[in-house]
Amino acid sequence: MSLIRAWSSYKLAEVCIIAATCLTLTGCGGSEKKTATPEKVVIATSGSDTMVNLAQMWAEEYQKVNPAVTVEVAGGGSGVGIRDLIQGVITIANTSREMESAEREQAKQKTGKEPVEFVVAYDALAIYANMKNPIDTITMDDLAGIYGENGPIEKWSQLGIDMKAIEANDEIVRISRQNSSGTYAYFREHVLNKKDFKMGSKDMSGSKDVVELVTKTAGAIGYSGMGYHTDHVKFVKVAAKKGEPGYEPSLDNVLSKKYPLARSLLMFTLGQPDTTTKAYIDWILSPAGQEIVKKSGYVPVANVKK
Amino acid sequence: MIVGLIYVCGVSAIIFVFSIFYFVWREGAPFLYDCFDFKSFFTSPEWYPTSVGNKRYGILALLAGTGSVTIVAMLIAVPFSLGTAIFIAEFCGKKTKEGLKIVIELLAAIPSVVWGFIGLMVMNPIIVKLTGAAIGLNALNAGIIVGLMSVPIIVSIAEDSIRAVPDGYIEAAEALGATRWQTVYKVILPAAKNGLLAAILLGVGRAVGETMAVLMATGHSINVPFSAEFPYFHALDSVRTLTATIAAELGEAPRLDAGPGGIFPPEGRHYQVLFVIGIVLFAITFFINITADLIVKGIRNKQ
Repeated sequence: MSLIRAWSSYKLAEVCIIAATCLTLTGCGGSEKKTATPEKVVIATSGSDTMVNLAQMWAEEYQKVNPAVTVEVAGGGSGVGIRDLIQGVITIANTSREMESAEREQAKQKTGKEPVEFVVAYDALAIYANMKNPIDTITMDDLAGIYGENGPIEKWSQLGIDMKAIEANDEIVRISRQNSSGTYAYFREHVLNKKDFKMGSKDMSGSKDVVELVTKTAGAIGYSGMGYHTDHVKFVKVAAKKGEPGYEPSLDNVLSKKYPLARSLLMFTLGQPDTTTKAYIDWILSPAGQEIVKKSGYVPVANVKK
Repeated sequence: MIVGLIYVCGVSAIIFVFSIFYFVWREGAPFLYDCFDFKSFFTSPEWYPTSVGNKRYGILALLAGTGSVTIVAMLIAVPFSLGTAIFIAEFCGKKTKEGLKIVIELLAAIPSVVWGFIGLMVMNPIIVKLTGAAIGLNALNAGIIVGLMSVPIIVSIAEDSIRAVPDGYIEAAEALGATRWQTVYKVILPAAKNGLLAAILLGVGRAVGETMAVLMATGHSINVPFSAEFPYFHALDSVRTLTATIAAELGEAPRLDAGPGGIFPPEGRHYQVLFVIGIVLFAITFFINITADLIVKGIRNKQ
């Protein structure tokens, strides 16, 4: 479902840009009239599926702060955002991963500008399990054993969890993401140590789809952004090593770096941003913008000192 | 002038097909030239196009996924559709016939994403409850969905071919004292055999090409649901089809240009190999349609 959303929003972004161009063109034509309405500026953004809700909330709130600026938000995935940025379709790319060196190289080649990075929020990659599942804590090694290629863990009983008590199948249903997602890449890098995933996972095309499927499937485990938590699904605490305590992906645990799977959510522009874009990013980093980060379930960067 | 315009419209389909094929070929060709290994491409189930150190491009699991969904779909669609077609053409009254035809056409009008949603929200819990499987998104689920989706196409073509059986055959059978069932079984079905086969083949083509519904209902999991021992075919395994793979991955696979010396960066191969899958799909559906076409032509020549 998010696939359609991604496509349609991608189309939407294109339409908006065309519309924006038309607007500026007609704006030029009618400039002698000196109409009172100020010219509308559009900031087009696209990228990370993890950030799409957050970016949408920022855009809506910013409309109230500065009505002259419209921010268009599209999803599609971190890779799409970076690609759109390089092609000049958008001004800001939202990503849940660092830009790869090949992508930086390509951006420089194509546009002659260096991509500039802004850390706008922190996210924890949460491990989700079904409400009925008695699991409480999982170690990073177990996660690698479940998800990694040649990993030996296939059954819940191997983790000492009795699924018979809740009348569910003993098989671990691994929910993963499609192989071009930023979340997939992050999980591969930090949990699997850059090794590959085991085949046979259910690969969803959206962060929300993962959480929904875990909510409905008793024997499922999945990973997704912490912002997608609902009351019908539970976080599994993650321990860095066996014997160490496990931590929930909470605000405090992410800020104190106790939670092992925390990451930065980023925005990229090509070269230093222009005044309008700069004002928008500054607003995001201001207490007002960071309040929205907190509201949408992620961890703010600005009041780190709190 | 008008004749010219009509001529252009007439050949436009040919132009479209060839330009689509050219486009798909052009995007996939660099992969075919540089790193295509026929054996591992078709015999390895390992699909890791974005791996960091060890990219592998095997589509066996995807072929098996498409195959398994198609098999289940046809097991469901063929008996239902042929039965419906026989009923509509031979057994029911005029009013029932009109009503049935409209309903079946309505079945064709349901968008595939709605079918996928039914698979995800309705069939998934039912399958879990009935079979005790860990998850209900699997070849069986998608097969049932796609089977229902291909019913209208099979029914309409099968019904046409049954109606094309000359009345003389049927009258002759009745004159010889054959019951209605004997007429259908011994006269109409053998006479309409080629048309029915073509209908089934077009249904298969529909099942192979379906994307959105299978993306949602199969579980989208790289897995070969066949085994060498009994029961040979595991319909309760999650699978992934060729079409769904393209749909899920193409959006984020970067299209990169060749660097100096005409060498493509390895990150760009994913995009290209997805187009090679497109070529494979093109070949499969082309083959199916041509076969169906030849069979239909076969009936015409005989008559």
